[in-house]
Amino acid sequence: MFLTVTTSLVKGLGTAMELFGLTLLFALPLGLVIAFGSMSKWQPFKFLQYGQENPGSFVRFFADLRPISALTNVIVWIIRGTPLMLQLIIIFYGPGLWFDNNIWSFSNGRMAACVVAFVINYSCYFSVIYRGGIEGVPQGQREAGEVLGMTKSQIFFKITLLQMIKRIVPPMSNEIITLVKDTSLARIIAITELIKAGEAYMKSDGITWPLFYTAVYYLLFVGVLTILFNFIERKLSYFR
Amino acid sequence: MAVLEVNHLEKHFGSTRVLNDISFSLEKGQALSIIGSSGSGKTTLLRCLNFLETPNGGSICVNGKTLFDAADPSTQLEKEIRRKRLHFGLVFQNFNLFPQYTALQNVTLARELMSKETGESQDTIVKAGKELLEQMGLADRANHYPHQLSGGQQQRVAIARALAMHPDILCFDEPTSALDPELTGEVLRVIRNLAEQRTTMIIVTHEMAFARDVADQLIFMDQGFIVEQGDPHQVIDHPREERTRHFLAHYSET
Repeated sequence: MFLTVTTSLVKGLGTAMELFGLTLLFALPLGLVIAFGSMSKWQPFKFLQYGQENPGSFVRFFADLRPISALTNVIVWIIRGTPLMLQLIIIFYGPGLWFDNNIWSFSNGRMAACVVAFVINYSCYFSVIYRGGIEGVPQGQREAGEVLGMTKSQIFFKITLLQMIKRIVPPMSNEIITLVKDTSLARIIAITELIKAGEAYMKSDGITWPLFYTAVYYLLFVGVLTILFNFIERKLSYFR
Repeated sequence: MAVLEVNHLEKHFGSTRVLNDISFSLEKGQALSIIGSSGSGKTTLLRCLNFLETPNGGSICVNGKTLFDAADPSTQLEKEIRRKRLHFGLVFQNFNLFPQYTALQNVTLARELMSKETGESQDTIVKAGKELLEQMGLADRANHYPHQLSGGQQQRVAIARALAMHPDILCFDEPTSALDPELTGEVLRVIRNLAEQRTTMIIVTHEMAFARDVADQLIFMDQGFIVEQGDPHQVIDHPREERTRHFLAHYSET
Protein backbone atom coordinates (compact mmCIF):
# COMPACT_ATOMS: atom_id res chain seq x y z
CA MET A 1 0.00 0.00 0.00
CA PHE A 2 2.72 2.41 1.02
CA LEU A 3 4.49 1.83 -2.27
CA THR A 4 1.34 2.38 -4.32
CA VAL A 5 0.62 5.62 -2.49
CA THR A 6 4.21 6.77 -2.85
CA THR A 7 4.26 6.20 -6.62
CA SER A 8 0.90 7.87 -7.09
CA LEU A 9 2.04 10.87 -5.04
CA VAL A 10 5.28 11.05 -7.04
CA LYS A 11 3.11 11.38 -10.13
CA GLY A 12 1.18 14.16 -8.39
CA LEU A 13 4.44 15.84 -7.50
CA GLY A 14 5.51 15.59 -11.13
CA THR A 15 2.37 17.46 -12.20
CA ALA A 16 2.92 20.07 -9.50
CA MET A 17 6.55 20.51 -10.59
CA GLU A 18 5.52 20.85 -14.22
CA LEU A 19 3.11 23.64 -13.29
CA PHE A 20 5.74 25.21 -11.03
CA GLY A 21 8.47 25.09 -13.67
CA LEU A 22 6.34 26.39 -16.53
CA THR A 23 4.99 29.20 -14.37
CA LEU A 24 8.50 30.34 -13.45
CA LEU A 25 9.74 29.97 -17.01
CA PHE A 26 7.16 32.44 -18.32
CA ALA A 27 6.36 34.57 -15.27
CA LEU A 28 9.95 35.54 -14.44
CA PRO A 29 10.57 37.36 -17.75
CA LEU A 30 6.98 38.57 -18.11
CA GLY A 31 7.18 40.07 -14.61
CA LEU A 32 10.17 42.13 -15.72
CA VAL A 33 8.24 43.43 -18.73
CA ILE A 34 5.32 44.38 -16.47
CA ALA A 35 7.76 46.05 -14.07
CA PHE A 36 9.10 48.21 -16.91
CA GLY A 37 5.51 48.98 -17.90
CA SER A 38 4.64 50.17 -14.43
CA MET A 39 7.76 52.35 -14.36
CA SER A 40 7.12 53.81 -17.83
CA LYS A 41 7.42 57.60 -17.81
CA TRP A 42 5.82 58.09 -21.22
CA GLN A 43 3.56 61.14 -21.09
CA PRO A 44 1.94 61.61 -24.52
CA PHE A 45 -0.09 64.61 -23.38
CA LYS A 46 2.77 66.39 -21.67
CA PHE A 47 2.53 69.30 -24.13
CA LEU A 48 -0.75 70.28 -22.41
CA GLN A 49 1.08 71.27 -19.25
CA TYR A 50 2.29 74.61 -20.60
CA GLY A 51 0.38 77.37 -18.93
CA GLN A 52 -1.37 74.93 -16.60
CA GLU A 53 -0.14 75.87 -13.14
CA ASN A 54 -3.18 74.53 -11.27
CA PRO A 55 -2.31 70.94 -10.28
CA GLY A 56 -5.98 69.99 -9.76
CA SER A 57 -7.27 70.95 -13.18
CA PHE A 58 -8.72 68.50 -15.69
CA VAL A 59 -6.21 69.42 -18.39
CA ARG A 60 -3.38 68.97 -15.95
CA PHE A 61 -4.62 65.46 -15.22
CA PHE A 62 -4.12 64.51 -18.86
CA ALA A 63 -0.80 66.33 -19.05
CA ASP A 64 0.52 64.29 -16.13
CA LEU A 65 -1.05 61.01 -17.30
CA ARG A 66 1.33 58.13 -17.94
CA PRO A 67 -0.99 55.75 -19.79
CA ILE A 68 1.28 52.69 -19.89
CA SER A 69 2.16 52.98 -16.23
CA ALA A 70 -1.48 53.66 -15.24
CA LEU A 71 -2.85 50.75 -17.26
CA THR A 72 -0.24 48.34 -15.91
CA ASN A 73 -0.96 49.43 -12.37
CA VAL A 74 -4.70 48.80 -12.82
CA ILE A 75 -4.01 45.30 -14.18
CA VAL A 76 -1.65 44.52 -11.31
CA TRP A 77 -4.26 45.79 -8.87
CA ILE A 78 -6.97 43.55 -10.33
CA ILE A 79 -4.77 40.45 -10.47
CA ARG A 80 -3.32 40.90 -7.00
CA GLY A 81 -6.69 41.95 -5.63
CA THR A 82 -8.61 38.82 -6.60
CA PRO A 83 -8.02 35.19 -5.59
CA LEU A 84 -5.91 33.04 -7.88
CA MET A 85 -8.58 30.35 -7.54
CA LEU A 86 -11.16 32.68 -9.05
CA GLN A 87 -8.82 33.64 -11.90
CA LEU A 88 -8.21 29.97 -12.58
CA ILE A 89 -11.95 29.24 -12.78
CA ILE A 90 -12.60 32.23 -15.06
CA ILE A 91 -9.76 31.36 -17.42
CA PHE A 92 -10.68 27.68 -17.67
CA TYR A 93 -14.49 27.86 -17.73
CA GLY A 94 -14.97 31.42 -19.01
CA PRO A 95 -14.46 30.82 -22.75
CA GLY A 96 -16.81 27.86 -22.82
CA LEU A 97 -19.48 29.50 -20.63
CA TRP A 98 -19.62 32.96 -22.17
CA PHE A 99 -18.38 32.54 -25.70
CA ASP A 100 -19.49 28.99 -26.25
CA ASN A 101 -15.96 28.22 -27.28
CA ASN A 102 -13.96 25.96 -25.02
CA ILE A 103 -10.46 26.82 -26.15
CA TRP A 104 -9.02 24.35 -23.61
CA SER A 105 -10.50 21.21 -25.13
CA PHE A 106 -7.20 19.83 -26.44
CA SER A 107 -5.40 17.01 -24.63
CA ASN A 108 -3.36 19.02 -22.13
CA GLY A 109 -5.90 21.84 -22.08
CA ARG A 110 -6.43 21.85 -18.33
CA MET A 111 -2.72 22.15 -17.63
CA ALA A 112 -2.38 24.87 -20.27
CA ALA A 113 -5.23 26.90 -18.74
CA CYS A 114 -3.67 26.45 -15.35
CA VAL A 115 -0.25 27.64 -16.55
CA VAL A 116 -1.82 30.71 -18.18
CA ALA A 117 -3.64 31.65 -14.98
CA PHE A 118 -0.55 31.08 -12.83
CA VAL A 119 1.73 33.01 -15.19
CA ILE A 120 -0.60 36.04 -15.24
CA ASN A 121 -0.99 35.97 -11.48
CA TYR A 122 2.64 35.40 -10.58
CA SER A 123 4.10 37.79 -13.13
CA CYS A 124 2.13 40.58 -11.47
CA TYR A 125 3.56 39.70 -8.07
CA PHE A 126 7.04 39.35 -9.55
CA SER A 127 6.72 42.73 -11.29
CA VAL A 128 6.30 44.49 -7.96
CA ILE A 129 9.35 42.69 -6.57
CA TYR A 130 11.39 43.62 -9.65
CA ARG A 131 10.29 47.23 -9.41
CA GLY A 132 11.38 47.37 -5.80
CA GLY A 133 14.72 45.88 -6.76
CA ILE A 134 15.31 48.27 -9.64
CA GLU A 135 14.24 51.34 -7.71
CA GLY A 136 16.45 50.22 -4.84
CA VAL A 137 19.56 50.60 -6.99
CA PRO A 138 20.77 54.16 -6.33
CA GLN A 139 20.17 56.67 -9.13
CA GLY A 140 23.89 57.47 -8.98
CA GLN A 141 24.70 54.05 -10.44
CA ARG A 142 22.75 54.80 -13.61
CA GLU A 143 24.17 58.31 -13.79
CA ALA A 144 27.72 56.98 -13.45
CA GLY A 145 27.00 54.70 -16.41
CA GLU A 146 25.48 57.53 -18.46
CA VAL A 147 28.42 59.82 -17.83
CA LEU A 148 30.75 57.06 -19.08
CA GLY A 149 28.82 56.98 -22.35
CA MET A 150 26.98 53.70 -21.83
CA THR A 151 23.68 53.05 -23.57
CA LYS A 152 20.46 52.49 -21.62
CA SER A 153 20.55 48.73 -22.23
CA GLN A 154 24.24 48.48 -21.29
CA ILE A 155 23.43 50.28 -18.05
CA PHE A 156 20.58 47.89 -17.31
CA PHE A 157 22.37 44.66 -18.17
CA LYS A 158 25.89 45.51 -16.97
CA ILE A 159 25.14 47.63 -13.91
CA THR A 160 21.56 47.54 -12.63
CA LEU A 161 20.60 43.91 -13.27
CA LEU A 162 22.98 42.14 -10.92
CA GLN A 163 22.45 44.68 -8.15
CA MET A 164 18.70 44.22 -8.62
CA ILE A 165 18.98 40.42 -8.47
CA LYS A 166 20.94 40.64 -5.25
CA ARG A 167 18.21 42.81 -3.73
CA ILE A 168 15.29 40.63 -4.83
CA VAL A 169 16.55 37.19 -3.77
CA PRO A 170 14.85 37.26 -0.33
CA PRO A 171 11.39 38.49 -1.49
CA MET A 172 11.61 36.29 -4.59
CA SER A 173 12.34 33.20 -2.51
CA ASN A 174 9.21 33.94 -0.48
CA GLU A 175 7.07 34.26 -3.57
CA ILE A 176 8.50 31.17 -5.24
CA ILE A 177 7.97 29.06 -2.13
CA THR A 178 4.36 30.28 -2.06
CA LEU A 179 4.08 29.17 -5.68
CA VAL A 180 5.06 25.60 -4.69
CA LYS A 181 2.06 25.40 -2.40
CA ASP A 182 -0.26 27.31 -4.73
CA THR A 183 0.11 24.52 -7.27
CA SER A 184 -2.44 22.69 -5.11
CA LEU A 185 -5.08 25.10 -6.47
CA ALA A 186 -4.88 23.29 -9.81
CA ARG A 187 -7.17 20.59 -8.42
CA ILE A 188 -10.07 23.06 -8.72
CA ILE A 189 -10.09 22.35 -12.46
CA ALA A 190 -9.53 18.63 -11.89
CA ILE A 191 -5.79 18.40 -12.32
CA THR A 192 -4.38 15.58 -10.22
CA GLU A 193 -1.62 17.37 -8.36
CA LEU A 194 -0.29 16.28 -4.96
CA ILE A 195 -3.27 17.02 -2.71
CA LYS A 196 -5.81 15.55 -5.09
CA ALA A 197 -3.63 12.45 -5.49
CA GLY A 198 -3.45 12.01 -1.72
CA GLU A 199 -7.08 12.76 -1.10
CA ALA A 200 -8.14 10.11 -3.60
CA TYR A 201 -7.23 7.39 -1.06
CA MET A 202 -9.55 8.94 1.47
CA LYS A 203 -12.45 8.45 -0.89
CA SER A 204 -11.51 5.04 -2.31
CA ASP A 205 -9.90 3.27 0.68
CA GLY A 206 -11.03 5.37 3.62
CA ILE A 207 -7.48 6.12 4.74
CA THR A 208 -6.25 9.61 5.67
CA TRP A 209 -2.50 9.17 6.00
CA PRO A 210 -1.76 9.60 2.25
CA LEU A 211 -3.22 13.12 2.47
CA PHE A 212 -0.86 14.05 5.29
CA TYR A 213 1.97 12.22 3.59
CA THR A 214 1.82 14.85 0.82
CA ALA A 215 3.30 17.33 3.30
CA VAL A 216 6.59 15.41 3.11
CA TYR A 217 6.75 16.05 -0.63
CA TYR A 218 6.08 19.75 -0.23
CA LEU A 219 8.69 19.98 2.53
CA LEU A 220 11.32 18.23 0.44
CA PHE A 221 10.55 20.39 -2.59
CA VAL A 222 10.75 23.60 -0.56
CA GLY A 223 13.86 22.30 1.22
CA VAL A 224 15.69 21.94 -2.08
CA LEU A 225 14.58 25.42 -3.14
CA THR A 226 15.77 26.91 0.15
CA ILE A 227 19.20 25.39 -0.36
CA LEU A 228 19.24 26.82 -3.89
CA PHE A 229 18.31 30.31 -2.68
CA ASN A 230 20.96 30.20 0.03
CA PHE A 231 23.46 29.22 -2.63
CA ILE A 232 22.48 32.17 -4.85
CA GLU A 233 22.64 34.54 -1.89
CA ARG A 234 26.13 33.28 -1.03
CA LYS A 235 27.21 33.58 -4.66
CA LEU A 236 26.16 37.23 -4.66
CA SER A 237 27.71 38.12 -1.33
CA TYR A 238 31.04 39.08 -2.91
CA PHE A 239 29.79 42.64 -3.34
CA ARG A 240 27.66 45.01 -1.34
CA MET B 1 41.10 78.73 -28.42
CA ALA B 2 38.95 77.92 -25.44
CA VAL B 3 38.26 74.22 -24.98
CA LEU B 4 34.96 75.02 -23.25
CA GLU B 5 32.63 77.94 -23.68
CA VAL B 6 29.44 78.22 -21.69
CA ASN B 7 27.11 81.00 -22.76
CA HIS B 8 24.14 82.36 -20.81
CA LEU B 9 23.21 78.96 -19.37
CA GLU B 10 19.82 78.87 -17.64
CA LYS B 11 18.18 76.08 -15.67
CA HIS B 12 14.99 76.09 -13.70
CA PHE B 13 13.07 73.35 -11.92
CA GLY B 14 9.45 74.45 -12.11
CA SER B 15 9.47 78.04 -10.91
CA THR B 16 12.78 77.71 -9.04
CA ARG B 17 15.61 79.26 -11.01
CA VAL B 18 18.73 77.24 -10.29
CA LEU B 19 21.10 78.69 -12.88
CA ASN B 20 20.92 82.25 -14.16
CA ASP B 21 22.93 83.57 -17.08
CA ILE B 22 26.00 81.41 -16.42
CA SER B 23 28.82 82.28 -18.83
CA PHE B 24 32.47 81.36 -18.64
CA SER B 25 35.20 79.86 -20.74
CA LEU B 26 38.04 77.52 -20.02
CA GLU B 27 41.37 77.17 -21.82
CA LYS B 28 42.95 73.82 -22.52
CA GLY B 29 45.10 72.65 -19.63
CA GLN B 30 43.49 75.03 -17.19
CA ALA B 31 41.74 74.22 -13.95
CA LEU B 32 38.64 76.08 -12.84
CA SER B 33 37.40 76.01 -9.25
CA ILE B 34 33.80 76.73 -8.42
CA ILE B 35 32.92 77.66 -4.85
CA GLY B 36 29.70 78.70 -3.19
CA SER B 37 27.27 77.61 -0.51
CA SER B 38 24.98 74.59 -0.84
CA GLY B 39 22.11 75.24 -3.21
CA SER B 40 24.00 77.88 -5.17
CA GLY B 41 23.76 75.80 -8.36
CA LYS B 42 27.32 74.44 -8.58
CA THR B 43 26.30 70.80 -8.82
CA THR B 44 23.48 71.57 -11.27
CA LEU B 45 25.99 73.36 -13.49
CA LEU B 46 28.21 70.25 -13.60
CA ARG B 47 25.17 68.06 -14.23
CA CYS B 48 24.16 70.29 -17.15
CA LEU B 49 27.65 70.04 -18.64
CA ASN B 50 27.46 66.24 -18.38
CA PHE B 51 23.97 66.16 -19.91
CA LEU B 52 22.42 64.72 -16.77
CA GLU B 53 20.14 67.78 -16.76
CA THR B 54 18.87 69.65 -19.79
CA PRO B 55 19.41 73.41 -19.53
CA ASN B 56 16.44 75.65 -20.32
CA GLY B 57 18.55 78.29 -21.99
CA GLY B 58 22.03 79.06 -23.28
CA SER B 59 24.65 77.03 -25.07
CA ILE B 60 27.64 74.80 -24.41
CA CYS B 61 30.53 74.71 -26.89
CA VAL B 62 33.52 72.37 -26.76
CA ASN B 63 36.53 72.95 -29.03
CA GLY B 64 34.48 75.47 -30.98
CA LYS B 65 31.68 72.99 -31.67
CA THR B 66 28.23 73.68 -30.27
CA LEU B 67 27.23 70.62 -28.26
CA PHE B 68 24.09 72.10 -26.85
CA ASP B 69 22.02 75.13 -27.74
CA ALA B 70 18.66 75.58 -26.05
CA ALA B 71 17.44 77.51 -29.10
CA ASP B 72 18.41 74.76 -31.54
CA PRO B 73 16.52 71.46 -31.11
CA SER B 74 18.88 69.69 -33.53
CA THR B 75 21.57 69.88 -30.84
CA GLN B 76 19.35 68.06 -28.35
CA LEU B 77 18.81 64.73 -30.08
CA GLU B 78 18.63 61.88 -27.59
CA LYS B 79 20.82 59.68 -29.81
CA GLU B 80 23.76 62.08 -29.89
CA ILE B 81 23.81 62.88 -26.19
CA ARG B 82 25.70 59.68 -25.40
CA ARG B 83 28.65 60.67 -27.63
CA LYS B 84 28.56 64.28 -26.47
CA ARG B 85 28.83 63.18 -22.87
CA LEU B 86 32.25 61.72 -23.60
CA HIS B 87 33.71 65.22 -23.92
CA PHE B 88 33.17 65.47 -20.18
CA GLY B 89 34.08 63.25 -17.28
CA LEU B 90 32.38 63.47 -13.92
CA VAL B 91 33.64 62.43 -10.51
CA PHE B 92 30.74 62.22 -8.08
CA GLN B 93 30.62 63.31 -4.48
CA ASN B 94 29.71 59.79 -3.35
CA PHE B 95 31.93 57.95 -5.86
CA ASN B 96 29.17 55.79 -7.42
CA LEU B 97 31.55 52.94 -8.15
CA PHE B 98 29.88 49.80 -9.48
CA PRO B 99 29.88 47.46 -6.45
CA GLN B 100 29.85 44.21 -8.41
CA TYR B 101 33.08 45.02 -10.25
CA THR B 102 36.66 45.19 -9.01
CA ALA B 103 38.56 48.47 -9.05
CA LEU B 104 40.17 47.53 -12.36
CA GLN B 105 36.87 46.41 -13.90
CA ASN B 106 35.29 49.68 -12.83
CA VAL B 107 37.97 51.52 -14.78
CA THR B 108 37.82 49.31 -17.88
CA LEU B 109 34.09 48.50 -18.15
CA ALA B 110 32.91 51.48 -20.21
CA ARG B 111 35.82 51.21 -22.65
CA GLU B 112 35.26 47.49 -23.07
CA LEU B 113 31.61 48.12 -23.89
CA MET B 114 32.71 50.73 -26.39
CA SER B 115 35.41 48.55 -27.96
CA LYS B 116 32.87 47.30 -30.51
CA GLU B 117 32.82 50.81 -31.92
CA THR B 118 36.45 51.77 -31.33
CA GLY B 119 38.04 48.41 -32.10
CA GLU B 120 40.32 48.65 -29.09
CA SER B 121 41.72 45.33 -27.93
CA GLN B 122 40.99 43.93 -24.49
CA ASP B 123 44.73 43.95 -23.69
CA THR B 124 45.12 47.65 -24.50
CA ILE B 125 42.15 48.54 -22.32
CA VAL B 126 43.30 46.48 -19.34
CA LYS B 127 46.84 47.80 -19.66
CA ALA B 128 45.55 51.39 -19.74
CA GLY B 129 43.35 50.66 -16.73
CA LYS B 130 46.24 49.27 -14.72
CA GLU B 131 48.38 52.29 -15.59
CA LEU B 132 45.66 54.64 -14.44
CA LEU B 133 45.27 52.81 -11.14
CA GLU B 134 49.03 52.94 -10.69
CA GLN B 135 48.95 56.66 -11.35
CA MET B 136 46.35 56.91 -8.58
CA GLY B 137 48.63 54.95 -6.24
CA LEU B 138 46.31 51.95 -6.29
CA ALA B 139 48.28 49.35 -8.27
CA ASP B 140 47.93 46.87 -5.39
CA ARG B 141 44.17 47.42 -5.12
CA ALA B 142 43.25 46.56 -8.72
CA ASN B 143 41.43 43.36 -7.79
CA HIS B 144 39.64 44.69 -4.71
CA TYR B 145 35.91 45.32 -4.74
CA PRO B 146 34.69 48.81 -3.80
CA HIS B 147 33.43 47.74 -0.37
CA GLN B 148 36.95 46.52 0.45
CA LEU B 149 38.40 49.99 -0.19
CA SER B 150 38.46 53.11 1.96
CA GLY B 151 36.50 56.17 0.85
CA GLY B 152 39.66 57.88 -0.36
CA GLN B 153 40.67 54.83 -2.36
CA GLN B 154 37.19 54.52 -3.84
CA GLN B 155 37.27 58.13 -4.96
CA ARG B 156 40.66 57.62 -6.59
CA VAL B 157 39.28 54.62 -8.47
CA ALA B 158 36.39 56.85 -9.57
CA ILE B 159 38.89 59.43 -10.86
CA ALA B 160 40.75 56.69 -12.79
CA ARG B 161 37.42 55.49 -14.19
CA ALA B 162 36.62 58.99 -15.47
CA LEU B 163 40.12 59.46 -16.91
CA ALA B 164 39.91 56.16 -18.78
CA MET B 165 37.44 57.71 -21.22
CA HIS B 166 39.91 60.54 -22.05
CA PRO B 167 37.47 63.38 -21.46
CA ASP B 168 38.34 66.85 -22.75
CA ILE B 169 37.19 68.29 -19.45
CA LEU B 170 37.13 66.43 -16.15
CA CYS B 171 34.54 67.64 -13.65
CA PHE B 172 34.71 67.05 -9.91
CA ASP B 173 31.55 67.44 -7.85
CA GLU B 174 32.73 68.03 -4.28
CA PRO B 175 35.12 65.07 -4.52
CA THR B 176 36.10 65.14 -0.86
CA SER B 177 32.79 66.08 0.81
CA ALA B 178 31.83 62.48 1.57
CA LEU B 179 35.24 61.62 3.01
CA ASP B 180 36.57 61.57 6.55
CA PRO B 181 38.94 64.52 7.07
CA GLU B 182 42.01 62.28 7.24
CA LEU B 183 41.20 60.85 3.81
CA THR B 184 40.71 64.11 1.91
CA GLY B 185 44.46 64.67 1.55
CA GLU B 186 45.09 61.65 -0.68
CA VAL B 187 42.31 62.65 -3.07
CA LEU B 188 43.34 66.30 -3.20
CA ARG B 189 46.94 65.23 -3.90
CA VAL B 190 45.80 63.20 -6.89
CA ILE B 191 43.78 66.12 -8.27
CA ARG B 192 46.74 68.43 -7.72
CA ASN B 193 48.94 66.04 -9.72
CA LEU B 194 46.41 66.10 -12.52
CA ALA B 195 46.48 69.90 -12.50
CA GLU B 196 50.26 69.82 -12.76
CA GLN B 197 49.96 67.54 -15.78
CA ARG B 198 47.71 70.22 -17.32
CA THR B 199 44.50 68.23 -17.21
CA THR B 200 41.57 70.50 -18.07
CA MET B 201 39.36 70.41 -15.00
CA ILE B 202 36.37 71.99 -13.32
CA ILE B 203 36.41 71.44 -9.57
CA VAL B 204 33.43 72.18 -7.35
CA THR B 205 34.74 72.17 -3.81
CA HIS B 206 34.39 73.47 -0.29
CA GLU B 207 38.14 73.25 0.31
CA MET B 208 38.98 76.95 -0.08
CA ALA B 209 42.76 76.73 0.15
CA PHE B 210 42.74 73.89 -2.37
CA ALA B 211 40.41 75.76 -4.72
CA ARG B 212 42.76 78.73 -4.62
CA ASP B 213 46.03 76.85 -5.04
CA VAL B 214 45.10 74.33 -7.69
CA ALA B 215 43.07 76.49 -10.05
CA ASP B 216 43.95 79.01 -12.75
CA GLN B 217 40.51 80.53 -12.54
CA LEU B 218 37.86 80.68 -9.85
CA ILE B 219 34.12 81.27 -9.84
CA PHE B 220 32.02 82.14 -6.83
CA MET B 221 28.36 81.29 -7.24
CA ASP B 222 25.40 82.36 -5.17
CA GLN B 223 21.70 81.63 -5.78
CA GLY B 224 22.36 80.48 -9.31
CA PHE B 225 24.38 83.53 -10.35
CA ILE B 226 28.09 83.93 -10.92
CA VAL B 227 28.88 86.63 -8.39
CA GLU B 228 32.58 86.91 -8.95
CA GLN B 229 35.09 85.25 -11.23
CA GLY B 230 38.76 85.69 -11.91
CA ASP B 231 42.18 84.90 -10.56
CA PRO B 232 41.76 82.49 -7.59
CA HIS B 233 44.17 84.34 -5.29
CA GLN B 234 42.51 87.63 -6.02
CA VAL B 235 38.94 86.29 -5.46
CA ILE B 236 39.71 84.39 -2.28
CA ASP B 237 42.22 86.74 -0.68
CA HIS B 238 40.83 90.04 -1.92
CA PRO B 239 37.19 89.56 -2.93
CA ARG B 240 35.56 92.56 -4.54
CA GLU B 241 31.95 91.60 -3.90
CA GLU B 242 30.26 91.86 -0.53
CA ARG B 243 28.57 88.46 -0.97
CA THR B 244 31.91 86.75 -1.65
CA ARG B 245 33.40 88.34 1.46
CA HIS B 246 30.42 87.22 3.50
CA PHE B 247 30.71 83.64 2.21
CA LEU B 248 34.47 83.42 2.74
CA ALA B 249 34.14 84.79 6.27
CA HIS B 250 32.48 81.52 7.30
CA TYR B 251 35.55 79.63 6.20
CA SER B 252 38.22 81.82 7.78
CA GLU B 253 36.62 81.16 11.17
CA THR B 254 37.30 77.44 10.97
